[in-house]
Amino acid sequence: MCGIVGLFLKDKSLEPRLGEMLTEMLITMSDRGPDSAGIAVYASGEAGQGKLTLQAADPGLFEGLDTELSEALGAPVSLRIKDTHAVITLPEAQMAEARAIVKRLRPDTRVMSAGEIIEIYKETGLPGDVAKRFDIPHLTGSHGIGHTRMATESAVTTLGAHPFSTGADQCLVHNGSLSNHNSLRRKLARQGVTVETENDTEVAAAYLTWKMQEGQSLGEALESGLDDLDGFYTFVVGTKDGFGVVRDPIACKPAVMAETDQYVAFGSEYRALVNLPGIEDARVWEPEPATVYFWKH
Amino acid sequence: MAKDDHAPSTLPKYSSTFTPEVNAEIRRAAATGIYDIRGGGAKRRVPHFDDLVFLGASMSRYPLEGYRERCDTNVVLGTRFAKKPIELKIPVTIAGMSFGALSAQAKEALGRGASLAGTSTTTGDGGMTPEERGQSKTLVYQYLPSRYGMNPVDLRKADAIEIVVGQGAKPGGGGMLLGQKISDRVAEMRTLPKGIDQRSACRHPDWTGPDDLEIKILELREITGWEKPIYVKVGAARPYFDTTLAVKAGADVVVIDGMQGGTAATQDVFIEHVGIPTLACIREAVQALQDLGMHREVQLIVSGGIRSGADVAKALALGADAVSIGTAAMIALGDNDPKWEAEYQKLGTTAGAYDDWHEGQDPAGISTQDPELSKRLDPVEAGRRLNNYLKVMTLEAQTLARACGKNHVNHLEPEDLSALTMEAAAMARVPLAGTKWYPGMPGTSF
Amino acid sequence: MQTYDLEADGLRGLNAALQSQSQTTNETAWEVINPRGSHAIAVGLDAPIEVTVKGSTGYYCGGMNAQATVNVHGSVGPGVAENMMSGTVVVEGDASQYAGATGHGGLLVIKGNASSRCGISMKGIDIVVQGNIGHMSAFMAQAGNLVVCGDAGDALGDSIYEARLFVRGSVKSLGADCTEKEMRPEHIAILADLLERAGVDAKPEEFRRYGSARTLYNFDIDNAY
Repeated sequence: MCGIVGLFLKDKSLEPRLGEMLTEMLITMSDRGPDSAGIAVYASGEAGQGKLTLQAADPGLFEGLDTELSEALGAPVSLRIKDTHAVITLPEAQMAEARAIVKRLRPDTRVMSAGEIIEIYKETGLPGDVAKRFDIPHLTGSHGIGHTRMATESAVTTLGAHPFSTGADQCLVHNGSLSNHNSLRRKLARQGVTVETENDTEVAAAYLTWKMQEGQSLGEALESGLDDLDGFYTFVVGTKDGFGVVRDPIACKPAVMAETDQYVAFGSEYRALVNLPGIEDARVWEPEPATVYFWKH
Repeated sequence: MAKDDHAPSTLPKYSSTFTPEVNAEIRRAAATGIYDIRGGGAKRRVPHFDDLVFLGASMSRYPLEGYRERCDTNVVLGTRFAKKPIELKIPVTIAGMSFGALSAQAKEALGRGASLAGTSTTTGDGGMTPEERGQSKTLVYQYLPSRYGMNPVDLRKADAIEIVVGQGAKPGGGGMLLGQKISDRVAEMRTLPKGIDQRSACRHPDWTGPDDLEIKILELREITGWEKPIYVKVGAARPYFDTTLAVKAGADVVVIDGMQGGTAATQDVFIEHVGIPTLACIREAVQALQDLGMHREVQLIVSGGIRSGADVAKALALGADAVSIGTAAMIALGDNDPKWEAEYQKLGTTAGAYDDWHEGQDPAGISTQDPELSKRLDPVEAGRRLNNYLKVMTLEAQTLARACGKNHVNHLEPEDLSALTMEAAAMARVPLAGTKWYPGMPGTSF
Repeated sequence: MQTYDLEADGLRGLNAALQSQSQTTNETAWEVINPRGSHAIAVGLDAPIEVTVKGSTGYYCGGMNAQATVNVHGSVGPGVAENMMSGTVVVEGDASQYAGATGHGGLLVIKGNASSRCGISMKGIDIVVQGNIGHMSAFMAQAGNLVVCGDAGDALGDSIYEARLFVRGSVKSLGADCTEKEMRPEHIAILADLLERAGVDAKPEEFRRYGSARTLYNFDIDNAY
């Protein structure tokens, strides 16, 4: 049970303010999710370069990783440490290889996200504190998704926090509670898809990844999810150039959207949207049940 | 060959799977096409407080004298946020039962008995009656999915508000009251047509989940000036998670109702097959409170099959702050009394087994809206019986607490208990008598 | 006119001030500024006062209202005027889900659209929506009138009891036990009155009426005996 915020910028002049706007939105959702918070941002980098966001309980593990990884890859690598997370920039073509090497070099680090432009930061604690730790207000980008969590059945841990990465440059956040995630987790395991936590949302994320590996587009995967995922949910998903929303057919969990010439915004409550520029004149509406919405740059 | 009348023969053999009871239900279902509806809680045997015993004082601990040496029983509920917490003389409260399910006289009797004993009573899925408010010194107003009769005037008259998410007889189900009991007055209070089979919703109409509940609790506190304790009641299913989330949503008091907890009417399949026994939920709920640093800050009330002072003392020892009784209170008033045996027989049942409370023909005049039957219950006399019963329960609980050397019943601890069965040991996390071990004990293997 | 800055002075002070107004108060006009989507604004009022909220609100604005008139110059979150007893709540913008839920009386006017479950479990309230309403509206609606000048979403009036539903536009689908009913002169009269009180310029004759088929009122038992 949780709060969700999302922002998809149409107006490039707002991009330097993405982190600041998302942070404000996220903090208004603290009551809905006091246990942990997370954010995914999409910020374009250099052509041909990819980003790998890692998490480690002990940030000391990141020391020297850039040099070691660079040697192993035979390519230049840069590393930015932010509290318990590190963003590694490396040649995009060598992403899979880099992940395998990191797993060997630093087995106690976890991959939060991988792709051309995505970065994911998440931790336990109040949303305002989490945003501060990672200096979220200073992040720039074209779109981003944030989440505040009130854990229902799985543990309050960093890895149990949202967003969950669903594949290259993809992520998912969830408000609600799935009722068939255990059997779905077993079904995915038989397909070779591993789910690391007990979290129902990670199962949904893994399900979408699997459907896309099978050849579906994200939109098609979300449509399939309407048949295969039981329970109550509002999902917000991010891709390299887009941002999507879907609610379950009963649609009890709240969702408000706002659109202007400058942006498309999502909030679990209208409160999350009140500081956005021009919100007074925005088109504000609620997404329909069992309907996939998607915006693309 | 001629038949030998004297040869030994086999006895008729009943199946343990297809028992006469099972077969009768199959025939009933085949004939009527509707599931069996009844009142009460789970009737099957489940591990219960009987499977625990107290370790009285002897050489290593010292007992207290009965009567002479004090053993207090008072409890304060709602100390977390409410400006006016509830103070009760005894840790036994009366659970929510609606006017509609019960007659006005029965509701009045509950109020009278509870007030004499110094405890609270609770409304139900049908609003607050003047009789009940008038006779109850401390009244808890239930806030249910149906919102029948809900209004801000009564809300402010209440001493506490209990948001009902579920009940032990049917976690995940809504209320039910069949047409026989929707009299003119009941229909008017619920804004329903007379005589219909009323089904309540299973979710609240204007919030879903703990993140929304937090906002609902804010609204109720704003309407009532932050005075009244807010209870959140759940049916026992996932007590650890449910308790955690109720606390995060802002509850002052968490109420957990085990599967033996009664209902006025619901499907038998729901009563017997959904939810877990009362014994199994206390430690889980207490663990959740302790993990949040909220044990005793947020009070825990446990209900479902509480019958005696022994049950009370054991629930408190496992970490509850108070217990609640429903079925036992009805029996104290006169429900299922053998003096009505002839009439129970006419209804196709027998005293002690009568559970067709939904049909409204209760010979004892308690679970009915029939004016003639209702008259059989004298609210003053029945209230006196309830008070006596509550007094006995309290004296029993004090007796056990003194035997364990406690000057307050809430000083009882799990370590004062010992289990007689493996099941009870596992559920109560109390060592099996004569051992230092229980199944699931951390650091041990089964 | 009393002006209250919600952001500066807090929710508790606002509701305490509004709730303490008596039947004969002289402070009859109140303006709330900076609501910024806050929850539980102007709840539990019980005096003939008029409160204007300048902006959009969160959950349960005007909850359990009695006697008072609450005008929202913006949109409202879930559960506006939930369990209203009497009085009037007018929303200039849109309403989120559960608008007028379980209301016992009074008039709720929504000038924009209302989302899902509008009038859920309503018990006597009158609701007039000038735009459209979402799915599962008037679920288990017991009494009162729901007027929709636009279209209704899926499963309108599912498990409805005795509430009356009037819809001018299309109905995506009717819920269990909800059926179209004849529009008789008394219904035209009720509707005309509601439209007038809500300040809506629409002809009652353009509406269709829906209500309970009453087939779920008693358990359907095929008794073989």
